[in-house]
Amino acid sequence: MSDPFTDETAVAYEDGVYEDGNALAGPLSEIFAVDITAAQGCCTGCGATGPIARLRVYGPAPGLVARCPECGQVVLRLVRGPDSAWLDLRGTVSLRIRLGE
Amino acid sequence: MADSVSGYRDSDSDSGVGRSEGRNAMAIVSRGFHGRRRPSDHRLPPGQYETRDFPVLSAGPTPRISRDTWEFTVVTETGVRHSWNWSQLMALPSEHPLVDLHCVTKWSKFDTTWQGVSLDMLLAEVETEAEYVLVHSYGGYTTNLPLKDLLDGHAWIAYGYDGADLPPEHGGPARLLVPHLYLWKSAKWVRGLQLLTRDESGFWESAGYHDYGDPWREQRYQGD
Repeated sequence: MSDPFTDETAVAYEDGVYEDGNALAGPLSEIFAVDITAAQGCCTGCGATGPIARLRVYGPAPGLVARCPECGQVVLRLVRGPDSAWLDLRGTVSLRIRLGE
Repeated sequence: MADSVSGYRDSDSDSGVGRSEGRNAMAIVSRGFHGRRRPSDHRLPPGQYETRDFPVLSAGPTPRISRDTWEFTVVTETGVRHSWNWSQLMALPSEHPLVDLHCVTKWSKFDTTWQGVSLDMLLAEVETEAEYVLVHSYGGYTTNLPLKDLLDGHAWIAYGYDGADLPPEHGGPARLLVPHLYLWKSAKWVRGLQLLTRDESGFWESAGYHDYGDPWREQRYQGD
């Protein structure tokens, strides 16, 4: 169903407390074999591209929420339960991961 | 403005013991040497600890919403919109719920005092056959819950906390307060309810957290 609350009323925001994307290095090392903070991510909201380490990371609880530093869209979310992790990349167009030849 | 004290207590049927009943029983037991349990233990859902602080957890920037432009809107499953601006909300009778809060990150806070308008009042004139609600917040946050959990004196649009205006870091100017579920359901900076005939996952519910979130059943993650 379409979102009836998309008409964005003018709202000012305070950035609040966040860390840069290097805070994702440890938690994501449980999932990826490479250091994903060095990967180039592309935001679905504004198309900005940059290393995951440049994202603004809120959390860690209830989960890590990594937002685009350009438009604020949620690019990546990571929830770590006792026996599972949930990784949401719906805000990511792609990740460019440098690999050896 | 007509105020009333709701006297609502966050006892929960699933705990098997009403909260006030449990406290009275424990007051007798705790006079003897019957172990380490304190009176508050009966009010603590499983896996929780008590805190006197009011921790602030956020998933993004804190929206600053002017009361001049603030609006709360209920959208039914047929698209009918019911809206209240700030002065219209203030004109409604308010209640003063005294409730315990339970955060999924395991802290609980007892005896918090709020001021707000009951959802029973806001939804009284809304015609719907929906069973589910997706709550929307300024800033884009969402959370889902059954409509019945917002009714019968269980939920408020809260704009006062501890005798003062609700500060932005705790969801001001107004947040949903539905204290019988984990606190992520009590959406900060609430702007509206979307009534749905089919359940739709909210922000945390679509990233591993439980669809319902009953603290007394310890429904933290999907599958709990």
